[in-house]
Amino acid sequence: MKITLNVWRQRDASSEGSFETHQLDDVSPDMSFLEMLDVLNRRLEAEGKVPVAFESDCREGICGVCSLMISGQAHGPESGTTTCQLHMRSFKDGDTIFVEPWRAKAFPVIRDLVTDRSSLDRVIQCGGYVSVNTGSVPEANSVQVAKENADKAMDAAACIGCGACVAACPNGSAMLFTAAKLAHLSLLPQGKPEHERRIKRMVEGMDAQGFGACTNHGECQEACPKLISIEFIAKMNRDYIKASLLPEHTSSELLKAQ
Amino acid sequence: MELNARIPAGPIEKKWDKHRFEMKLVNPANKRKYSVIVVGTGLAGASAAASMAELGYQVKSFCYQDSPRRAHSIAAQGGINAAKNYQNDGDSIYRLFYDTVKGGDFRAREANVYRLAQVSVNIIDQCVAQGVPFAREYGGLLANRSFGGAQVSRTFYARGQTGQQLLLGAYQALERQISAGRVKMFPHTEMLDVVVAGGRARGIVVRDLKTGRITSHAADAVVLATGGYSPVYYLSTNAVGCNVTATYRAYRRGAGFANPAFTQIHPTCIPVSGDHQSKLTLMSESLRNDGRIWVPKEKGDGRPANQIPESDRDYYLERRYPSFGNLSPRDVASRAAKERCDAGYGVGPGGLGVYLDFADAIQRHGRKVIEERYGNLFEMYQRITDENPYEVPMRIYPAPHYAMGGLWVDYNLMSTVPGLFVLGEANFSDHGANRLGASALMQGLADGYFIIPNTIGDFLARNAPGGISEDAPEFAAVTDEVQQRLNRLVSLKGRRTVDSFHRELGKIMWDRCGMGRNAQGLREALQRIPALREEFWKDAIVTGEKEDYNQSLERAGRVADFLEFAELMCLDALNREESCGGHFREEYQTAEGEAQRDDQNFCHAAVWEFKGAGNAPQRHIEPLNFEYVQLTQRSYK
Repeated sequence: MKITLNVWRQRDASSEGSFETHQLDDVSPDMSFLEMLDVLNRRLEAEGKVPVAFESDCREGICGVCSLMISGQAHGPESGTTTCQLHMRSFKDGDTIFVEPWRAKAFPVIRDLVTDRSSLDRVIQCGGYVSVNTGSVPEANSVQVAKENADKAMDAAACIGCGACVAACPNGSAMLFTAAKLAHLSLLPQGKPEHERRIKRMVEGMDAQGFGACTNHGECQEACPKLISIEFIAKMNRDYIKASLLPEHTSSELLKAQ
Repeated sequence: MELNARIPAGPIEKKWDKHRFEMKLVNPANKRKYSVIVVGTGLAGASAAASMAELGYQVKSFCYQDSPRRAHSIAAQGGINAAKNYQNDGDSIYRLFYDTVKGGDFRAREANVYRLAQVSVNIIDQCVAQGVPFAREYGGLLANRSFGGAQVSRTFYARGQTGQQLLLGAYQALERQISAGRVKMFPHTEMLDVVVAGGRARGIVVRDLKTGRITSHAADAVVLATGGYSPVYYLSTNAVGCNVTATYRAYRRGAGFANPAFTQIHPTCIPVSGDHQSKLTLMSESLRNDGRIWVPKEKGDGRPANQIPESDRDYYLERRYPSFGNLSPRDVASRAAKERCDAGYGVGPGGLGVYLDFADAIQRHGRKVIEERYGNLFEMYQRITDENPYEVPMRIYPAPHYAMGGLWVDYNLMSTVPGLFVLGEANFSDHGANRLGASALMQGLADGYFIIPNTIGDFLARNAPGGISEDAPEFAAVTDEVQQRLNRLVSLKGRRTVDSFHRELGKIMWDRCGMGRNAQGLREALQRIPALREEFWKDAIVTGEKEDYNQSLERAGRVADFLEFAELMCLDALNREESCGGHFREEYQTAEGEAQRDDQNFCHAAVWEFKGAGNAPQRHIEPLNFEYVQLTQRSYK
C-alpha cells in the first residue's frame, strides 16, 4: 500500500505546530497503525532526523497511552478500537491520512503527538477510589453483589483513561471519563458509603482541571475504544443533583432515612 | 556475596506469623520520619507505595509511563489465584503451595511460596473492598475458573481484564495517598541508577523524560518493582517500554541477579505475521479451558482447518497428557507446540502455529456463553488477524512473556544490598523455573500489600532515619556516571538504528536462549552478543538532545542495557546443566522429551555477582531445601 501521511509536528506547548508530509510506499495491510509510524520513524532516524514523538506501550489496547486523532477521528475510523489495535487494512491504497495529537485545553502538547493527560489522574485524586486501607477489610464473599450490578460496574470500569472522549468532545469535556469511574464505584456496595462526597468532589475537580461541560453531542461515546455508554453521564447528572441538594455532613444519613 | 535467605525456623504454616511477631516495629509517631522510594507502579509497586503511605511512611513513587495507571500489569488478562476453596473442590493453602512448587519444577523457596499461598486469600478480600468488579454468579457470590497447572478452580477474574481491574484498584489506592500528600508521585520519570552509600541503598538517580533533566533522590530505603525483561527477545507479549535497566543497574551496584535464564515462553500468543511486527499479543491462557489445541496428523496438510475431519487431527496435549490435557502448565504446552512445529506439523505461514479450536465448546455451550467468557479476546484476535475465531480455529504460537529470574531477595524481599528491596516480577520470585497461570498478579499484590509493609519496618527500625541527602558525594558520583553514559549515547551518530540492534539481539536470544537451549548455541550467543554490543557503541544512531524529550535516547539506553544483560542470561543458561521448567537444555531430557532435572547438582538458585565491567561475573548458589514437597519428576499425564 502507498500512504501519504500528514503528521503534526510541534516543539512544545508554547511553540506553534504544523503538518509535515511523508510518503510511505511499502505499507503492509497487516501492520498496525503504530507499526506504520515505526517504519516512518526508523527511516527518519536513518536520515539523521528526529523521529515523530508519539506514545505507545502495551500495544494491545489496554494501557490507554496511545492516542492520535486520525483524519479527524480519535483512535481512527474503527469503532471500539485503540490506535495500537487499528490495522492498515482499514485504509485504502493511496489514502492520505492526517495525524494529530489530542486537542483539548486540559491536555497541553508535550511534543508532536504527545500530550500531558495528568489532569485525568488529578480528577481521580478527587475521590475516584474507595477509602479503605490495606488490611482491615471483610471477607470477600461476606457481601453479595447482584451479577447485573457487577457486570454493569465492569462495563464502566473498562475505561482505559486514554482521553479520546475529551479529544472528541467539542467542549473538551471529561464527563464520560468521570461518569464511568463514578458509576463503577457507586454500583458496588463497597463504593456506596462515600458516594455523595465523591460525586461532588470529582465534578468540582473536573471543572478545576479545565475540562469543559457536556452539551449532549455524544461524540465521546462514539470515540470511546471501550464503547462506554453516555448513559453513565445521565446517571452522574442525576446523582449529582441528588447529592448537591444535601448538605455534605448529613447527606448519607438522610439518604439512609429515605 | 553472602546469601542468607533469613527463612524463619519452625513449621511452614507458622513461619510467617512467627516472623511478623519477631520483626522489629517502627512506632506510629516515628514512621513519618522515614522516607521510602518505590520505583514502578504496577501491581507490586502501586500496592506497596499505597500501603506504606497508609502506615505513615513518606513515600516517593516513580514510573516511566505518563501515569501510574499504565504500568504493564494492566495487560494481564486471565485472572488471579487464591486458595479460597469457594468451589468446594478440594483447594487449600497447602494445595496452592504444592501446585506452585511443583509447577515451578522445584526451583523455588518453599517458605516464600507457602507465605504467598497464605496471603492469597487476603488479596481477594482487599481487592473486593476496593471495588474491583470481579465476575460473580447469579447468587451474588464470586465466580471462579480453572487455569493451567491446577485441577481446582481457584482463579478469580474480571472478564478478560483482570490485571487492569486489579491495577486500577491499586492505582486508586495510590492516588488516594497522593491526594492526602503522603505519596509524592513522579510520572514520566525513569530510574537510571541506584546510589549505594555506607553499604546501604540510599537513593536513586532518575531522568525526567519530559525535560531530560537528571535529578537524584535520597531515602531510607529503596524498593524496586520494575517488572520483567522479556523484551530482551525484542518480540514479546510485554509492553514495548518494559526494560531491564532498573534491575540491571542495581545488579551492577551489588545486588545479586538470580536465575536470569528462567524465562517463560507463553503457549497461547498470536503468531508473528511479518518483519514489521513490534510486539506479540497474548491470548489468555483461560482460553484453554474451552479451546482444544491440535495440529493435522498429516505433515503439510494444506486443507482449511474446518475441512480436516476429526480422525485426521492430533490433539497432542490431550494425547500426551491425558489428565491435564489442554490445561497442562505453560512450559509443557509451549514445548509441545514447538515439538510439533519443528517436526513439520505446524499450521499457518511458515508452519509456526497450532490451532486453538472452539468449535466443540460453541456446540456444547452455545455461542452466547463463549462470547460472554471470551468476547473481548475473540474481538482482539479478529482485529489483529482479520480471521473470525467463532468460525475458524485460532492460530497460536508460543512467545516470551514473563521472567521468573530477577534480583535475588531474602525472606524479607531484600536484595544483597541492604535497604534495597525488590518486589513482583523484578525479584527472582516464588515461581521457580516456571510460573503457573494467574500467579503473577497474586505475587505482585502479595509482595506489595502484605509483605513489604511488614518487612520494611524491621529494616527501618534497625536504622535511624535520615543521615544522608542528595548533596552527599555518593550521589554526585553516580549522577556523574549517568551523565557520562547519556553523553556517550547521545553522541552516537552511526549508520544503524537502535531498533535494528534490538531486533538482532532478540533473534540471537530467541534462537539460542529461547524455548530450547544447548551448550553450542549458548556459546555462540556468548560470542555474538559482545560483538553486537561493540558495534552498537560504534555504529548506532541516536538523534536529538540529551536535555530534552527524546524517545530515541530513551530506547537507546534500554537497548544498551539489554545488550549487556543478555550475556548474563546466556551464561546462566549455559551453567545450569539440567532442564527445569522453562529452562529446557536439549542435552538434558527424558526419553519422552520431558525436562530432566538434576537435583543432585542443581537444586539451587544461581545468583550472579557483578565483578566489574569486562570481568566475568561470579556464580553463587542458594541451596533449596524441600522439607514438605517431595522432589519428583513432574508429571501431568
